[in-house]
Amino acid sequence: MTDAGSTPTSGVVTRPADDEHVVHLLREMLRIRRFEERCVELYSRTAIRGFLHLGIGEEACAVGVMEALTPDDAVVATYREHGHALARGLSMRATMAELEGKIEGCSRGRGGSMHLFDASTRFYGGNAIVAGGLPLAVGLALADHLRGRRRVTACFFGDGAVAEGEFHESMNLASLWRLPVLFCCENNLYAMGTALKLTESETDLSLKASSYRIPAWEVDGMDVLAVEEAARQAAEAVRGGGGPHFLEMRTYRFRAHSMYDPDRYREKPEVEGWKERDPIPALVARLSDSGVLAEGDLDRMESEIASEVDDAVAFADAGTFEPLEDLERFVTSETTSGSVVP
Amino acid sequence: MSLITYREAMRQAIRDALIRDERVFVMGEDVGHYGGCYAVTLGLLEEFGSERIRDTPLSESTFVGAGIGAALGGMRPIVEVMTVNFSLLALDQIMNNAATLLYMSGGQLNVPLVIRMATGAGRQVAAQHSHSLEGWFAHIPGLRILAPATVEDARGMLWPALNDPDPVLIFEHAMLYNVEGELTDEPAPVDISTAAVRREGSDVTIIAYGGTVRTALGAADQLAGDGIAAEVIDLRCLRPLDTATIVSSVARTHRAVVVDEGWRSGSLSAEVSARITEEVFYDLDAPVARVCSAEVPMPYAKHLEDEAIPQVADVVAAVHQMRS
Repeated sequence: MTDAGSTPTSGVVTRPADDEHVVHLLREMLRIRRFEERCVELYSRTAIRGFLHLGIGEEACAVGVMEALTPDDAVVATYREHGHALARGLSMRATMAELEGKIEGCSRGRGGSMHLFDASTRFYGGNAIVAGGLPLAVGLALADHLRGRRRVTACFFGDGAVAEGEFHESMNLASLWRLPVLFCCENNLYAMGTALKLTESETDLSLKASSYRIPAWEVDGMDVLAVEEAARQAAEAVRGGGGPHFLEMRTYRFRAHSMYDPDRYREKPEVEGWKERDPIPALVARLSDSGVLAEGDLDRMESEIASEVDDAVAFADAGTFEPLEDLERFVTSETTSGSVVP
Repeated sequence: MSLITYREAMRQAIRDALIRDERVFVMGEDVGHYGGCYAVTLGLLEEFGSERIRDTPLSESTFVGAGIGAALGGMRPIVEVMTVNFSLLALDQIMNNAATLLYMSGGQLNVPLVIRMATGAGRQVAAQHSHSLEGWFAHIPGLRILAPATVEDARGMLWPALNDPDPVLIFEHAMLYNVEGELTDEPAPVDISTAAVRREGSDVTIIAYGGTVRTALGAADQLAGDGIAAEVIDLRCLRPLDTATIVSSVARTHRAVVVDEGWRSGSLSAEVSARITEEVFYDLDAPVARVCSAEVPMPYAKHLEDEAIPQVADVVAAVHQMRS
């Protein structure tokens, strides 16, 4: 919690964390975890190539924030966005097919892991230029402002983005024009392989946001309920005309930056320490202790998710590669007027 | 018909678009209270208000990116970048997002955005305000690049550009803003995909665009005095290039001179020259000639600046040399 930012607690309707809902959160996180674990296998058998950035350990951030959004809201994400895509409602099939470069993928195999897009859920990527998505989010929110639509644009980015000029420019412009952006900073402490403390003169990221008069606060990014609660408060405030809000989610990625990363820059005890705080076992324990998850419930959920992942892989494997004659399609639009996505 | 300046033609085009389509808005540095760095948007803030004429902070990357986002959100933004050298601060957004999103999303996300900016030398504003970098942008698939050289195009290109579902960049040569031309009282939109023959001739084709069209026409006047009939082509649209108009002219005249205020190496003039040799090489009576800017950062002193950029005499000399 920082000075300029005050957590909007009064008058905010938050959804009670009823048992069924918490089980849903667990299921969403597990879907992402098992999906990404399967991605590693597919990478090993070369069905997936290029860069593959896994968010294992960070699932609570994507799942918690998405719970606060409506279908009319927009999401702008980064290149580590499998979890955001799945939590936003992209099908596991279309996502996996994209990773396998198939035409059935959510970007027709044009984007791959780093560029998942889905107009129907207003999922605007899939942006692999660090901080490059922030101006887009500001613009999406500007369109909503100009059209008088009460929608939120949630913009995900990492701690590395905070060093970019576009971060500061976007904070300034969104605040200056009081645009409905929910800035969601996933602070996993490393910009690729360089620690935050080696790149930032001020490592309190919420303080940076609040210097632009944006209400900003930190939340435990390893606790999905805490993330959801914070995101609901922030999203309601944004939707209510309160201007942009900023959440710094303190999280950690358990695996290397990408499949190419030998992970030389982190000490094992640090990684192991964070794994103790894995958001999934923590929630399982909580649900088991309170009796919500009975004997066999988790196994059943795991089995259902394994089936979904199997189905997605089978769908992707059976998919087709775009015909070579389509290589130059969509450099420019095939329609002559109007935006495809209003 | 009435006589108006290029600046006024552009202003009328913007005003017309704001009236016709409520999704259109203008943003950029000093477009509102100041009236536009080149006074193109003067008076629009008073007429349309601060929601639609938006002064931005000096944040090129973010206000261009916000234009892309607003276009994705269903608006039709006109983003003004003060001058082409400043556009480099927004190159990430133009290249990595505006030009790329449609393809990268498999055809889902088009970006109906117009970005306008001033380009070119001639005002002694030296090496950070005078370059002609439109050729760089013309390198990028996914963008349409326009260079209005006449008041008719200044007035007529904006509306079709706004109706293009993809990003369009309009480069306005700064030396043209005060130039006057005849404009019909009810101007119609012009096409934004073809080159135009500005003067017909049979002895040589001079290919120019934007600010150099006047240079080419001036050279054609002088050459006429020497008994040489020069055809002048105004490229108008730098991407995609209207190769057909270029090569059909050169096939008739058998000689081509490309005039480009950009630098010669790796330039738009190189592209035009290459297309001529690819398509009508055996029709040529002489190698393609180029008149480009000197390969220097633009100098301040007037005599040096004049020397650095294509002049009428340079074009005339190039034509005489290729005929000798």
